[in-house]
Amino acid sequence: MPPTLHAEPKPRTKDQGPRTRLTHLDWLEAEAIHILREVAGQAANPALLFSGGKDSLVLLRLAEKAFRPGRFPFPLLHIDTGHNYPEVIAFRDQRAAELGERLLVRGLEDSIARGSIQLRRADESRNRHQSVTLLEAIAEFQFDALIGGARRDEEKARAKERIFSFRDAFGQWDPKAQRPELWDLYNARIAPGEHIRAFPISNWTELDVWQYIEREGLELPAIYFAHEREVVVKPGGLLMPVTELTPAKPGERVERRFVRFRTVGDIPCTAPVASTARTVAEILVETATTDLTERGATRLDDQTSEASMEQRKREGYF
Amino acid sequence: MTQQIDHGVLRFLTCGSVDDGKSTLIGRLLYDSKAILADALQAIERTSARRGHSQVDLSLLTDGLQAEREQGITIDVAYRYFATGTRKYILADAPGHEQYTRNMVTAASTADLAILLIDARKGLLRQTRRHLALAHILGIRHLVVAVNKMDLVAYDQARFEAIRSEVEAFAASLGVAHLTFIPISALEGDLIVDRGERLDWYEGPTLLEFLEAVELEDPRQGRPFRFPVQGVLRPHQDFRGYTGRIASGRIEAGEEVVVLPSGRRTRVKALWLGTLPLSEAFAGQSVTVELEDDLDISRGDLIAGPSQAPVPTQRLEAELFWLSETPWNPARKYLFRHTSRETRAHLQGTAQRLDLDTLTRHAAPSLALNDIATLAVQLQHPVVVEAYATDRATGAFILVDEATQATVAAGLVR
Ligand SMILES: Nc1nc2c(ncn2[C@@H]2O[C@H](COP(=O)(O)OP(=O)(O)OP(=O)(O)O)[C@@H](O)[C@H]2O)c(=O)[nH]1
Repeated sequence: MPPTLHAEPKPRTKDQGPRTRLTHLDWLEAEAIHILREVAGQAANPALLFSGGKDSLVLLRLAEKAFRPGRFPFPLLHIDTGHNYPEVIAFRDQRAAELGERLLVRGLEDSIARGSIQLRRADESRNRHQSVTLLEAIAEFQFDALIGGARRDEEKARAKERIFSFRDAFGQWDPKAQRPELWDLYNARIAPGEHIRAFPISNWTELDVWQYIEREGLELPAIYFAHEREVVVKPGGLLMPVTELTPAKPGERVERRFVRFRTVGDIPCTAPVASTARTVAEILVETATTDLTERGATRLDDQTSEASMEQRKREGYF
Repeated sequence: MTQQIDHGVLRFLTCGSVDDGKSTLIGRLLYDSKAILADALQAIERTSARRGHSQVDLSLLTDGLQAEREQGITIDVAYRYFATGTRKYILADAPGHEQYTRNMVTAASTADLAILLIDARKGLLRQTRRHLALAHILGIRHLVVAVNKMDLVAYDQARFEAIRSEVEAFAASLGVAHLTFIPISALEGDLIVDRGERLDWYEGPTLLEFLEAVELEDPRQGRPFRFPVQGVLRPHQDFRGYTGRIASGRIEAGEEVVVLPSGRRTRVKALWLGTLPLSEAFAGQSVTVELEDDLDISRGDLIAGPSQAPVPTQRLEAELFWLSETPWNPARKYLFRHTSRETRAHLQGTAQRLDLDTLTRHAAPSLALNDIATLAVQLQHPVVVEAYATDRATGAFILVDEATQATVAAGLVR
């Protein structure tokens, strides 16, 4: 039996009359469920990308609402860079097991062994290389649609991307050849070898995600909450976690700070933010008053140029 | 957003002629409503300085068209997000050049409201007239005319009133019943979020106050029940649930429904949101419906209220928006996608192309990118449609070219 879902907002009393307006979270949820069901209805062999991160955990809750009491009509897929925080990986496995859904994991290590990924330095960010392993997994399992948790508020290039986004046989996104997307009529049709990436929470902001996590009482990996951690404060203020992969360089001062992660990705390119928030409610307060964007505050690889994401997405990056 | 009433989501778009100030307005809305975070602001400060501007150019926040061209970034509808205490906003930012009718139509298809910008010095321009006509054809319920650059006409009320009369006259010729007019200066920030002091003669709400208060009571709620089936959940012998998003109306457990196109009748046994039982559900909600009888129902069928149920048809008249660089080929069949249903379509008859400038129609041998025309559509299998003017969800469709799998046209059932 799947676990029972959390209760909806309080039942309405008679004198409130029939409820005919959705709150913003209800609206976002209903849209996302519709998108998930369209993927299931149109694609022959979809998969849902699941990393153990907050956005993909939201996707899993939405999939429960879309398909329970049935099983999900797709497996979960994680592209493991091998540089993830172990508690996130443990959480990923635990969540998939609780749901009783199939989890497929493909690692960058395998692509490196095959030679399809060549690192210039052993410790370089593996974020960018994920696309190679992802495309290999797509070819291996013959997936025709991949569901992802990307949001349009994350970045300028994403702001223009369709909810059903077409990828050619090389996994590339061509921003100049996007399919018109009108009303809620999505087009997942492809030729063999091509695929669709579908983004059910395109219209959510970071704040919406946290509000939904709070409303649904979703559990998250511990590193999303404030904890003490050894970091190096980089010029410009970014906090670099000190780990085996990212040791302090000579001359850098290691400090202990209270931090939390706003996104969990590849260790060498994901920085935590200073925080004392130990609960989702406290994170919500911080999120509502922060003055840095999610990527600006935490991603070490997006800063180079305003157009860098569009470039990477063309290459097949998620 | 915690303790206040939650007024849901408002989707809107901004449109108007080039240089009317659309990017500046959006930047101003985002900036004054505090949706812009410090690092994003720093980025545009750097760019503004690099280009030699003395003050921050708010239009850069939205990747103004020029910036997109300079950086070689693609010009397309971009979506922006902000929230006020009571409402979440999704803004579709559609570039305003004539060749981008496709973008405008895309942005308008999901919008509840459109802001039409007019440069106070220039009045109603050709492109703005076209946008107003498109917004009307696509059934956007709330139209706001923002008369911008009031600072450049000395905040003159007479100028504002003259533009109002001009726009109202044109709108009347379209059949648009209601428009809201607000004088603004996007550059100075007058009457966008803050009221300012220079437009004291105007007593209505600021633009953001208007967006916050506009009534979103959806006309779909009052319509008969319409539920396009997206899929069937059948986890075990004792459960068969139909999934979908309610397009119109409301439903309660126990109520009678008719399944179309088969016409079989039954009753609703139960309603679910995942594993949570619901006593009622209404338009906009994604739910799972269990029925009393085991009927043969699959994706693409429509479950409807028993009265005023639409009649399945294989032929319809439509207003088509051609969205592809490849023109319509009358010899070809296209894939017809409507709600969750898919069938093949053959476009027939003579296309009557709409001239957006004169609002007259002329016979056209073909249809090219950005053309709008009425045509007859012959379908391989029956579909259950209603007029777009009656119901946006059951009256809209797209056409897909089976050779390229690209979406080539959008259609409104007449
Ligand atoms: N004086 C004054 N200038 C304005 C106002 N709003 C915009 N402008 C200026 O008008 C010019 C065009 O503004 P944009 O916001 O780039 O216009 P747009 O309509 O977005 O144009 P595209 O991006 O080309 O579609 C810019 O130089 C703005 O600074 C205003 O209220 N008053």
